[in-house]
Amino acid sequence: MKLQLHPCGNFKERYEDELTIFETDYGRLWLAIGLSMLFGAVPFASGPYLLYVLNIIAITSIAAIGLNILIGFTGQISLGHGAFFGVGAYAAAILATQVHFPFLLALPAAGLITAMVGMVFGIPSGRLKGLYLTIATLAGQFIIEYVLIHWDSLTQGTRGIVLPPVSIFGMEIIDERGFFYVTFASLVLMTLIAVNIVRTRYGRAFIAIRDNDRAAEGMGIPIFQYKLLSFGISSFYAGFAGALWAYYMTSITAEPFTLGLSVEYIAMVIIGGMGSVAGSIYGAVFITGLNETLRWLTDIFMNIDALQGAGLTIAPLRELVFGFAIVFFIIFEPRGLAEVWRIIRSSFRLWPFSY
Amino acid sequence: MEFFVQLLVNGISIGFLYGMAAMGFVMIFKSSSVLNFAHGELLAFGAFIFLTMVTWAGLPVYAAFLISLTGCFIMGFVIERLFLRPLIGEPLIYVIMLTVGLAAIFKGLMLLIWGGNLYIYPDFLPPNLSIEWGGINIPPVYVLSTMIGLLFLVLLGLFFKYSSQGIYMRSVADNQTAALSLGVHVRRVFALSWAIAALVAGMSGIVLGIINGINVHDLSSVGLKVFPVVILGGLDSIGGAIIGGLIIGLLETFTGGYLSPSLRDVVPYIVLVFILLIRPYGLFGLVEIERV
Repeated sequence: MKLQLHPCGNFKERYEDELTIFETDYGRLWLAIGLSMLFGAVPFASGPYLLYVLNIIAITSIAAIGLNILIGFTGQISLGHGAFFGVGAYAAAILATQVHFPFLLALPAAGLITAMVGMVFGIPSGRLKGLYLTIATLAGQFIIEYVLIHWDSLTQGTRGIVLPPVSIFGMEIIDERGFFYVTFASLVLMTLIAVNIVRTRYGRAFIAIRDNDRAAEGMGIPIFQYKLLSFGISSFYAGFAGALWAYYMTSITAEPFTLGLSVEYIAMVIIGGMGSVAGSIYGAVFITGLNETLRWLTDIFMNIDALQGAGLTIAPLRELVFGFAIVFFIIFEPRGLAEVWRIIRSSFRLWPFSY
Repeated sequence: MEFFVQLLVNGISIGFLYGMAAMGFVMIFKSSSVLNFAHGELLAFGAFIFLTMVTWAGLPVYAAFLISLTGCFIMGFVIERLFLRPLIGEPLIYVIMLTVGLAAIFKGLMLLIWGGNLYIYPDFLPPNLSIEWGGINIPPVYVLSTMIGLLFLVLLGLFFKYSSQGIYMRSVADNQTAALSLGVHVRRVFALSWAIAALVAGMSGIVLGIINGINVHDLSSVGLKVFPVVILGGLDSIGGAIIGGLIIGLLETFTGGYLSPSLRDVVPYIVLVFILLIRPYGLFGLVEIERV
């Protein structure tokens, strides 16, 4: 078999060509190299801090992919993704401590529970045209936050839950490196699923609904069911990622799952690129990197004597930078980093005759 | 009984404030069908400008009030000019996400400038404004908020009904393309609606600040409480905003008074989910009928 490395033009003869993930074997080759580097070299070359950041990136990427299926492909906004992430985390924690689910079973179970919770808020709004889902998920965000804190017998309120250590087939995973394999294997799996969902009839129906819901309905797509399905998938991803996060952190409280977290996920999707699975990962890398940079910067500022009394904290700076990033990308590059990357790539490919 | 009446009075006054905050929101939705997630930050902005004018600049209350309202009005113009105008013609989803980003920017800025502390205005309201009636005491702030709420309701109602700008706004809301072809200056309408919305928001922010004290987090969360209010009243109805505000305000104070104070802030959202289930276009909203 001959490898096809460079197509001599951008033309397609069959519908299958439109649906391929890789247009050339070049992409497949790079992906294989990248994956083997990722699993073979990166965990041994990086220290514990870098591994921690990478793990967080992998977990947030999974949640961001879920949100991108909803925002980027179906054209509905969810403002409750942070809360659904929290539902997943709590579901995993409760399943692990009270029902003694094994790790491998707890992850998908937490995802399913989150999807069902999501549907409860999705059903009333899915019937309506327009952006009612946004409002319903906003309500969901506040109601879930309240329940997580006040349903004391189940969630242990503000005291939080401590999870048992992760074990896969009798193998205990404690250090960052072990978790690296768990998180990135999950990320690869979930990315694969997402890329393939988008190519199926479901994915194409989502895109049709995003582009013109009346036309989609006219072509026989049951909008309500598909919107709900998309929302369910997105909540499943959030729950799955939340469960991973809970195991990784080993103890959870309701504190992090606020509206701020939901906005953070929206920022990831916009900055990464709406309607691009890879874009969600870029967005997660960008936002996590930004978070770590800001933390590092505030640490430096805190140690400068002149600024000691200024009471500088990270929270307002983070809000400000996130806000500017969202606004900047929407106004100047609404398709996000994925588009920037595509432009860079094609300008290399087309150089020196760029048109 | 006395407790009940006191809660009733509090609920109505808070409700008027929610209604006023929601009026600004509805103005923007009516003219450009944008859900403004930065509304709470506009409220907080008005409250903080007033605070700065009164305490730091030491201006008399009337001057400070006028300056802050003007400031809010200009702010609305600037927001529209800088952030929303480049997006005219883009899909609505971008515009709504933009307001989410704007909310984060304003919140961050206000936290940087004023910090997350709770401030209170110096006491300036004349005490003879309060109403004593058979053991029930209505504090002056509540009297003031009700008066201002009614005033703005009447003013905006007249504005939409009789002034030419108001009629332009309604025409743009009804059908943007038709309004454009009839020579309505749509961009000016958008700018004006943002400016008026910011003004109304700033106004209600100031009154809310008098009642609860001024804190960035509290005021911006009021901006999100606008959503249950407008969904209940109908997304595109100004009168509905006031009625919805009253209902939500009463519900909140009664839940806080009789059930539990922690449930108080969640109740509007629970109601919101049920309204979406039962009557998604709200009490006074326009029912859209669409056949495919």
